[in-house]
Amino acid sequence: MATVELRFSALPEHVRTARLVAAAVARRAGVDEAVLDEVRLAVGEACTRAVGLHRSNGVDMPVRVVLTEEEKKFSIEVGDEVPETSSGPGSRTGDEAAGHPAPAAGEPGAEEAEDEGTMGLAVISGLVDDVEVTSGPGGGVIRMSWPTTPTVELP
Amino acid sequence: MDLSLSTRTVGDRTVVEVGGEIDVYTAPKLREQLVELVNDGSYHLVVDMESVDFLDSTGLGVLVGGLKRVRAHEGSLRLVCNQERILKIFRITGLTKVFPIHTSVEEAVNATD
Repeated sequence: MATVELRFSALPEHVRTARLVAAAVARRAGVDEAVLDEVRLAVGEACTRAVGLHRSNGVDMPVRVVLTEEEKKFSIEVGDEVPETSSGPGSRTGDEAAGHPAPAAGEPGAEEAEDEGTMGLAVISGLVDDVEVTSGPGGGVIRMSWPTTPTVELP
Repeated sequence: MDLSLSTRTVGDRTVVEVGGEIDVYTAPKLREQLVELVNDGSYHLVVDMESVDFLDSTGLGVLVGGLKRVRAHEGSLRLVCNQERILKIFRITGLTKVFPIHTSVEEAVNATD
């Protein structure tokens, strides 16, 4: 059962809302203050990527963000509705769907990143230790998790 | 929180002071500013990021795009940043090797390659 679930229209202005909500829920769940910046950035990157995929593929459905407080970790799932098989400009490529990061900076591909934000996955994989990128006929999902510090229960 | 931008000229350099959040929503505004400066003939830019609260890969992409544009005119794009959480993003993407990053506007303005 998700702690908080968020669905938003695939518009750039809503990505900030998703970041704020994710950081607030992560803080409540006991994610270390020092890591909240990473949570904020990683969720932002995942949502930006999903918004980009929806828009470039003409998908009207909302982007899904599922925030779950588990026993010793806090997990976030960001799901898009762009099927793996979709083609055309901006569709998910085989490489990207398999979780390979975008070209690193300094490599020839980096300069084309300006419009497509292909550095997003590279940032996520650089930031988050526990991350999984999957995609199927129903769309793609980025799953990330962070350890939580258990709150001390007073007797 | 929106993005704030202001520009001023120091010698042959143009300093762009950026404040607020640079993300997928606000980055186009920064891109327009950089494009406009280059179109107006400012090829030596210093982007002051000391008041930036948030930066994501979209923002990085815009900065890389700006660098590409000034380089086409043999110009330069230097960054000013002391914030660890922002520097970290440049580090994990390897962009510290691409951008000269300075600790003050004064240092960036006086820097030569």
